[in-house]
Amino acid sequence: MSELTPKVDGIAEAKIDKTTGPWLDAWRNFRKSKIAVVGMAIVLFFILVAILAPWLAPEGINDQSHADRLQPPSSAHWLGTDDFGRDILSRIIYGARISLSVGFLSVVLSVIVGSMLGIVAGYYGRWVDTIISRVFDIMLAFPSILLAIAIVAVLGPSLQNALIAIAIINVPNFGRLIRSKVLSIKEEEYISAAKAIGMKDARILFSHILPNSMAPVIVQGTLAVATAILEAAALGFLGLGAEPPMPEWGKMLADSKDYLQSAPWTMIFPGLSIMLTVLGFNLMGDGLRDALDPKMKS
Amino acid sequence: MVGYVGRRLLQLIPVLLGMAFIVFMMIRAIPGNPAQVILGQQATPEAVAAMNEKLGLDKPWYSQFFNYLGGILKGDLGQSMRTRLPVADEIWPHLAATLELAIFAIIIAVVIGMNAGIISAWFQNSWFDYTAMILALVGVSMPIFWLGLLGQWGIAIELGWLPTSGREEVRDPVNAITHLYVIDTIIQGRFDQLGQVLRHLVLPGIALATIPMAIIARMTRSSMLEVMRSDYIRTARAKGQKMFWVVYKHALKNAIIPVLTVIGLQMGMLLGGAILTETIFAWPGIGRYIYEAINFRDYPVIQSGILVVAFIFVMINLVVDLLYGLIDARIKYD
Repeated sequence: MSELTPKVDGIAEAKIDKTTGPWLDAWRNFRKSKIAVVGMAIVLFFILVAILAPWLAPEGINDQSHADRLQPPSSAHWLGTDDFGRDILSRIIYGARISLSVGFLSVVLSVIVGSMLGIVAGYYGRWVDTIISRVFDIMLAFPSILLAIAIVAVLGPSLQNALIAIAIINVPNFGRLIRSKVLSIKEEEYISAAKAIGMKDARILFSHILPNSMAPVIVQGTLAVATAILEAAALGFLGLGAEPPMPEWGKMLADSKDYLQSAPWTMIFPGLSIMLTVLGFNLMGDGLRDALDPKMKS
Repeated sequence: MVGYVGRRLLQLIPVLLGMAFIVFMMIRAIPGNPAQVILGQQATPEAVAAMNEKLGLDKPWYSQFFNYLGGILKGDLGQSMRTRLPVADEIWPHLAATLELAIFAIIIAVVIGMNAGIISAWFQNSWFDYTAMILALVGVSMPIFWLGLLGQWGIAIELGWLPTSGREEVRDPVNAITHLYVIDTIIQGRFDQLGQVLRHLVLPGIALATIPMAIIARMTRSSMLEVMRSDYIRTARAKGQKMFWVVYKHALKNAIIPVLTVIGLQMGMLLGGAILTETIFAWPGIGRYIYEAINFRDYPVIQSGILVVAFIFVMINLVVDLLYGLIDARIKYD
């Protein structure tokens, strides 16, 4: 019988070693997936590039030299130069700042607006819910890029307006997600308990319902950053986003169209950067989904 | 079933009205006065006012909106401010160009994507599975405008295997009947031209097909994996049924419903996403038509163009919903 004691001690020790909690568990699950970790590494890489851009970029984004027009990749210009003789590597490095910030900011905006509308619709129900849900239905009935183009057409082409347009088209996705979460959480006993002790609606919403709906929002948000970066690049490509001389990746691709034959490197590298960044967010989002919300696993 | 279809169609009415209203209001918010655009910067204020009246832009917005709605019901989509032609007549060739491209793309996406997903599930964890799923992951993240440019550069310019842009040989234009050139050339027995048309379709078609192909492959794989674990599959195998038939007949039939949803959604996305492909390959489709109209502030074209695309998008989703019932007898509509 005496050998039981050390076993019990062992369990106790393990518990002290491995603190647990929903976020820590999620991180352990996330770490297990190699693909998710690769995705996170790609994302961190581009975030670092964006932050350290002034130190990493060999040249400024607008250093033109006519003699160096459309030079192929070389030791002086690793990724070649564009039609103004600007260093493509430097422009891609600075471009990471634009793509990432548009991706993040637009998603944060849609999450904030979508959450507000979703919470109001889900918690108050009735006609408020009917109106908000119908508006979401109608917005989702449009092909999203077309709606974004129309919104930019109304607001006028600029990077900021492209960001706003992308944020708007994503609002219904988050709104619906939060609404359905709120609807199911609302029925939980701890919410009835909170109501019974006289807690105010706003407090219930923000300290109970919102934190408990966060997991799917984080997953959806990460995947939405990927889509937002793609959409921003698409708008830039169509001339409805960043204006020259901004080194926006989509715009760089659009400018490369005339030099496909003579200088394909002006097209290859900006596109590769878009693809890798988007891939990183997609891989990370998939990993987060499996880690945070096993029920959503596909 | 008939009652269900009727109810679904009725439910569409408020959505379509809402869409028409949103587009109408958005278009009105576009900065710049169309009368000024038509007449040019030198136009006198009187001329602008007269043009506004002629275009009906001087009336209050609700009266403009109801006029517009009334017109739609009569099949009148307004008149292009730029070309002075009825939008309803002008829009079909563009719509047909996009439909042809989208249908071609969805066929590529479904055939390759579904088979890749099925084989991946069949040989789970094999090298094929890994390769296909990594390609699918890359495919979902692919900026199609980049893929289009890559194809244009590598295959059309460097290798010279396919034409770089357009729908047809400029020197040998297709005599349009339906404006779906594949059908037009077949009707007229011009099989040499059919070859040309198909060659023009390949690059933009593949570019447009990439994302749906990747999504369909992933969806098919996960849906098939789930079904392959069920008892009836084990029974089918136990009684000695060939694996090919187990997979393609028994398993696929039950795995196809979520795949069908995705295909329907992607078909709609293609209509919107085609605008990027159309820009790269100078494809005279509806995306380009709307996009160019935005630059000219051609209100009726933007408005009707977006509405037509959105209408098709909504209808495709409805048809997909109804198809469930045909494929899965367990789903009952009442």
